[in-house]
Amino acid sequence: MEKGGGASPSSILHSPSSRRRGWLLEKTIFWSFRLATYLVLACATYIFLDIGIKGSSVLFTKSPPFVNLEFLSQAPETLYVFDYEGKKMTLGDREFREWKTSHEINDAEVTSVAYSAGGIWPCIVGTALLVIGSMALALFIGVSSAIYLSEYSRNGPAVRLVRTAILNLAGVPSIVFGLFGFGLFVIFFGWNVSLLAGWFTLGLMVLPAIITASEESLRAVPQGLREGSLALGATRWQTIRKNVLPYAMPGILTSSILGIARVAGETAPIMFTAAYATRDTMPWQVSRFSDFFFQGVMALPYHIYVVSSKIPQNDYTARVQYGAAFVFLLLVMLIALGSILLRTRLRARLQW
Amino acid sequence: MVTTMPEAPSHQPDAPASSSPAPEKDPESIAIENLDFAYGDHRVLHGIDLDIAPRSVTALIGPSGCGKTTLLRCINRMNDLIDGARITRGAIRLGGMDINTPEVDVVDLRRRVGMVFQKSNPFPKSIYDNIAYGLRVAGVTKRGAINEAVEKSLRAAALWDETKDRLEKSALSLSGGQQQRLCIARALAVQPHVILMDEPCSALDPIATARIEELIQQLKRDYTIVIVTHNMQQAGRCSDQTAFFYLGRLIEYATTAKIFSNPSQRQTEDYITGRFG
Repeated sequence: MEKGGGASPSSILHSPSSRRRGWLLEKTIFWSFRLATYLVLACATYIFLDIGIKGSSVLFTKSPPFVNLEFLSQAPETLYVFDYEGKKMTLGDREFREWKTSHEINDAEVTSVAYSAGGIWPCIVGTALLVIGSMALALFIGVSSAIYLSEYSRNGPAVRLVRTAILNLAGVPSIVFGLFGFGLFVIFFGWNVSLLAGWFTLGLMVLPAIITASEESLRAVPQGLREGSLALGATRWQTIRKNVLPYAMPGILTSSILGIARVAGETAPIMFTAAYATRDTMPWQVSRFSDFFFQGVMALPYHIYVVSSKIPQNDYTARVQYGAAFVFLLLVMLIALGSILLRTRLRARLQW
Repeated sequence: MVTTMPEAPSHQPDAPASSSPAPEKDPESIAIENLDFAYGDHRVLHGIDLDIAPRSVTALIGPSGCGKTTLLRCINRMNDLIDGARITRGAIRLGGMDINTPEVDVVDLRRRVGMVFQKSNPFPKSIYDNIAYGLRVAGVTKRGAINEAVEKSLRAAALWDETKDRLEKSALSLSGGQQQRLCIARALAVQPHVILMDEPCSALDPIATARIEELIQQLKRDYTIVIVTHNMQQAGRCSDQTAFFYLGRLIEYATTAKIFSNPSQRQTEDYITGRFG
């Protein structure tokens, strides 16, 4: 080691001032990153707590069965608020009409609040139908094209172009998908506002995520398994079906379940293509089977949008707003939880 | 030129026959004629001429990158999977038939020419399902026939005693040497004529290696075996003929005894005595 004059490298490197500067920089960087994380955490906590606390008072009750089944199983109704003989009355649409048969009330004294009584059952059903149909569509098309891209196609300029196009598709804003679906399916194909149009629009929207994730999962399957299978005289499709796809399935399913959360959550793609603000009948109440595909449905995200921005706000609207948001949040969390569990279970069975 | 696969009923997987098929114009002989091979613009094999004798062990040796694995993978057209890889000249004939003509069904070819890979690649399925795989993809559904073939193949690969009580266990629960023997058994189950082995012992310990070499000695009575190896002693121990490759050319091809005792080429001698490679 050199011990000597002030110009020796070691004294420059270890001068107290530079060390202090370095320490300060390290601390600043560390704390700004840490604060950024805390900020995210704080925002998320606030949102969850706010919706959770206000929403759980709607969804849960203090007496058995502890869950507000009415909210989950009824259709939305208009709420009527009025004073009657000094008492404040809040009645749902049906109750109010029944009540009116035996009582006298001046309609001018009654305030009506849209959607604020009853429940959100048709929205849950509609969202479920949209999710099932669009995911089935997206999985079929997405996994097929991922298999083509990863197993069959030769890696040339054309395939690279396709990949780039898929990546770009993933960046398209959902409202653009909504308008595209409106233009193509609703107007050009003449499907009107319908489940079918919503399926295709939502399906197209999650397609890039599914293709990308499926392709990654397929590529993660060791090449040795393909070669081993082909060397035994299996055809390409036999190899894929028996020895590639099963091992890629956990990854494909995980990504598609996360895709479900996205499909269930998007409002923009369905507001022009599939969603009704209100409907009196349930989706299965159709006269012909084919009508099933050509009916619009109520959907949770769109319902939340409607009740929180399209109706006059007052004390009585909070119930359905927070209740719907809370139920929605729970559903998406359940789906995410399901995807994690499924992935762990499938991964545990497979290793190479 | 014979353009269609000769029918070989004794090799139909669903009709297991005696383990020594009668040679009918030697379906097990391999003739490589003036073969050039390239990955894209990169030529890796130059004018290879090699006649591989049926029911014997032929070792392909040479330093890394000399093209021996490429040549091996040409014999069952495994290189079809690689983008831009192609034979630019010459032919490979299996039992007199050019395997690269469009009339040849590559699936059928691979059923006749089995392969064991450098890295053992058992499927993440049960031991039983691994062996049954080749039969099932060939359309065999009879449980009895599959059971019989599984036992026969495992016995032939000297693995039956170790696995007979746990056929339903995952193949991945076997040791490395057992996995490689399972891969050999799996290849045997479809009753090929030829077995290609690409450094089958490179990841195995000496005891497991010895067992595989012993197995090769037994298998050569019924099968034509082509083995790529980096291990000179292994080539010396278990092969009948040895071909030495260097930089994509076949330098010398002779009986193993001659190559190892009295090679005619200087390069061969240098490589075998460990002066390079």
